[in-house]
Formats: sequence, structure tokens, C-alpha cells
Amino acid sequence: MTGAGRLEPPVGQGAEPFWEGTRDRQLLLPWCTACRRPFFYPRPFCPVCLGRDIEWRRASGDGSVYAFTVEHRTEGVPFAGGAPFVVGLVALDEGVRLMANIVGCPTGDVRVGMAVTVSWEALSDGRHLPLFTPQPGERAS
Amino acid sequence: MTGDLRGRAAIVGVADAASPTGQLERTGRDLEAAMVAEALADAGLTLDDVDGVCHTTSSMGLAESLGIHPTFTDSTNTGGSSFEVHAEHAAAAIAGGLCEVVVSVYASTPRSDRRLGRPPRRPARGVDDPLVEWELPYGLRLPMAPYAMAATRHMAEFGTSPEQLAQIAVSTRAWAAMNPRARYREPITVDDVLASPFECEPLHRLDCCLVTDGAGAFVMTSAERARALAKPPVYVLGAASCHDHAMISQMPDLTTTPGVVSGRRAFAAAGLGPDDVDLLMGYDSFTITALLHLEDLGFCAKGEGGPFVADGRTGPGGALPMNTNGGGLSYTHPGMYGMFLIVEAVRQLRGECGERQVPDVDVAVAHGSGLVLSCMSTLVLGTGATL
Repeated sequence: MTGAGRLEPPVGQGAEPFWEGTRDRQLLLPWCTACRRPFFYPRPFCPVCLGRDIEWRRASGDGSVYAFTVEHRTEGVPFAGGAPFVVGLVALDEGVRLMANIVGCPTGDVRVGMAVTVSWEALSDGRHLPLFTPQPGERAS
Repeated sequence: MTGDLRGRAAIVGVADAASPTGQLERTGRDLEAAMVAEALADAGLTLDDVDGVCHTTSSMGLAESLGIHPTFTDSTNTGGSSFEVHAEHAAAAIAGGLCEVVVSVYASTPRSDRRLGRPPRRPARGVDDPLVEWELPYGLRLPMAPYAMAATRHMAEFGTSPEQLAQIAVSTRAWAAMNPRARYREPITVDDVLASPFECEPLHRLDCCLVTDGAGAFVMTSAERARALAKPPVYVLGAASCHDHAMISQMPDLTTTPGVVSGRRAFAAAGLGPDDVDLLMGYDSFTITALLHLEDLGFCAKGEGGPFVADGRTGPGGALPMNTNGGGLSYTHPGMYGMFLIVEAVRQLRGECGERQVPDVDVAVAHGSGLVLSCMSTLVLGTGATL
């Protein structure tokens, strides 16, 4: 899979620290200091209490596959890597969930519950896109 | 909708258009006007009677096109469930005295648009749409991929099998065989579904709805006025909606939809439960969508949808007839399918469905699903015998 042809993400309101962190391959999460928990996706306020005291903390980068699909066709999808490829929802150990491609193993090896860790794909402007790859020790079925 | 709205409004006219070719002659406002005329004629009403309009894009544009001046207007768009939401709003508006006769209409012709060289009507997404930032960069194929994720999660949590999902498509096709206007009527088997190519694994092509032209309309009025009209009234016994996310990565639990909430509230308003339902029209954008409805509406327990459908229970002759028009899987699916759930429920309740008529239908549920399992809206409809 290559990065060419990807739709490169815009930087949304309140997400500047997230994307700046990706320049150094750091996965940063916004934490609400009042609720003392992270939320995702980043926005300028906490989606639980609407508080605006947000602290950015580095995440472990580890998590597990919550759900996924193997896309067999790319009709209407800007994605030059070619099918099949895996789009998954990853539950980070910190307790939030985000979407990402699961890479670094055959598509047929991906399982719900598989332990994964973050990896990075360069974007054209120096930012990186977080992807996830099986943790060492995750054996193919 | 609370219990004191039960039976206060009724659907009195319906129309829909679909073709085995998947294409319709008319398009756009022309097609909408034809549906409005047909639904009003079905009710024994005229355009002069209409004082409320519902439309998913612009109720004002619709009213202008029809040359009317409504006092109730609703441009709610919740995707495929929009028309159940329109019916809920219309019933409340009629009961509250805001208006007396409401029309909701839908026309969409993706196949003819393609034939005529018109650009596809995809939703415009701004850069401030979180979906563009957090999901589309990963090559997310819409609408299939989010539903496929719900399927993998359901399979992992509950052991649901591809064969069980496929059975939903098989049972639905058996109903379509009895609908002369259905796009596909040839019987299929579980093996046929599993042998069709993957779109988004684990969903095969035959697990996915069609893309066809289609259109429809319904007319609703007060219970009092309904009793003086052409056809037996179909009463709104309960109606409720709920949504909890707009993009799939924000869905709290991929195996449980907000239909749990809309279903519970709609049944409570109706004073009925799943055991009272003679017909379920459950939005079937994909086989997994219909399976989740069966669980979330309480026809079976969470996780037991697979075994529930496996013996053909939702097909002809089964204990719970579901999607008797052939559904979005085999009848028609122009993009926002919820209108066709209402039209078929009304016709079944009136006994107008010919070969595919289910005997003794007194209670039918039309359960719409919008966006990516995002907005569920449940209508409990009944004949006069249920009042």
C-alpha cells in the first residue's frame, strides 16, 4: 500500500496539536482536565462537559482492533494503494476509538481483538497519518 | 410521541414507483408531482386539501413546485429514515392542530441520472466535516464499509455467520418473487449470496441493497377526517426516533443501534410490543442492517439475530413476515429507502398486496435507518381494529 492518492486530512477546529504531533510521529490525545479522560476526535471542547481546558498527552500507541472490513473494491474511493485493504476501528488502551488502516500483515490475518500498535505514513506536508500494525507476538491464524 | 397521540392521525394515501428495469421515465420535480397526485387520488383528496409538506431537501421548493402555501413545513433529512421521521412529525403536528393534511414525497433516480449524464447527487462534504478529517483518508467506502464493520463486530461478539446474514437476502428475495415491480425476482440460495463477490468483507454483493430509480409519497390526516375518505385509515399508533452518531467511528457500540430507544418508545406509545406485530418493514440497506433491527426492536435478544433468521422465519410462510415488497435488497433502493417501508406497510394493512399479501395484518412496524446506523425511526401502524 502506498500513500499516493490518499485524501489528505484537513486540520479541523481544535485538532492543530494532534496534527503537529504527527510531524514527530507522536500520537497525542486531547484530555479534558475536568473529566480527567481523553476524547476523540479532537475538538476545542470536551464532548462530555463542554469544558475548554484541554491537555494534550502522548498516547502509548497501543490498542486492539474493535471492528474492521476488508475493502475489495475502491470504486468512488480516493485510495491508490489498491484493493484489498483493511479499514478498521482501533480501541486505544487509553479508552478512545479511532479509524485507521490495519497494515503490515495479510488482510486475511486481521481479527477483532488483535493487538496493534501505531505506525506512520508520511503525508505531503510533513504531517503523518497514523496507521496500525499487529503487535509483535500477534500470530497469523 | 406519547401515548395520547395514539390513533390521532392516519395515513390515508400512498404511492410508489419502481420498475424491474431499475429505471423510471420521469425524474425530479416531475416525478414528485406524479407521486403526490397518485397518493392524493389514493386518499380521495386534492392538492387544495394539503396544508403541510415534508421533503428531505427543501419543503419550500416542493411547495413552490406544487403551487401550494402550507402552514406546516418540514425539511428534515436523517438519511434513509427521513420519511419515518416525517411521519412522526406530521402526526404530532396534526394532533397539535398545526395542519390537517400533510404530504411527504421522495423521488431519486440515480440510474437515470447516470444514463442522462447528470452528476451523481453525493452529499457535499466541507473540510470542516469530521468525516473528511478522521475517516475518508483511510479509503472508507461509503456506505458499505461501516456496515461491514458492524458485521465483523457482530460476528466476533456473537458468532453470527455469513450464512445467517445471507439467509436474510434469500428470504427477502422470496418475497420479491411475488412483486411484479421488483428489480430482482429470481430465487437465490445462501450459496448464491456467499458466491457473489465481496464488496466490503464480510458483506458480499448480494448482502448489499440495490441502486435503482424510485419514488413514493404518503398523505396523512387527522383520524376524524380519515374516516370519511376513500380507503380504510391506517392509524399511527406510535412513533419515535433517536440518533447517536453521524460517522461510524463515533458509534458507541457497533452491535447496538439507537433503534433500541426509538423502538421502545414507539411500542410504549402504541401500548404494543414485538409479539403484537404482524409485519415488520425493517430498513435493509444491507443484510446486517435488518439483523440489527430484529434484535434492537426486541423480536429476539441481542446477539440472537443469526439463529432467529436462519430457518427462514422472515420469509414467506415464516412467523415474522419482513420486507414483503422485496426490500432494498431486491425491490428498489434509490438512496433513502424509508418511504417504501411506509408504503408497503400501509398496503399490507389495507390488504392490497395480492399474491404476497400477509393474512390478517393488523399491526405493522416501519423501521427506518439513516446514514450509517445513525438515526433510527420507528412507526407502529395499525388498522381500525387496533383502536
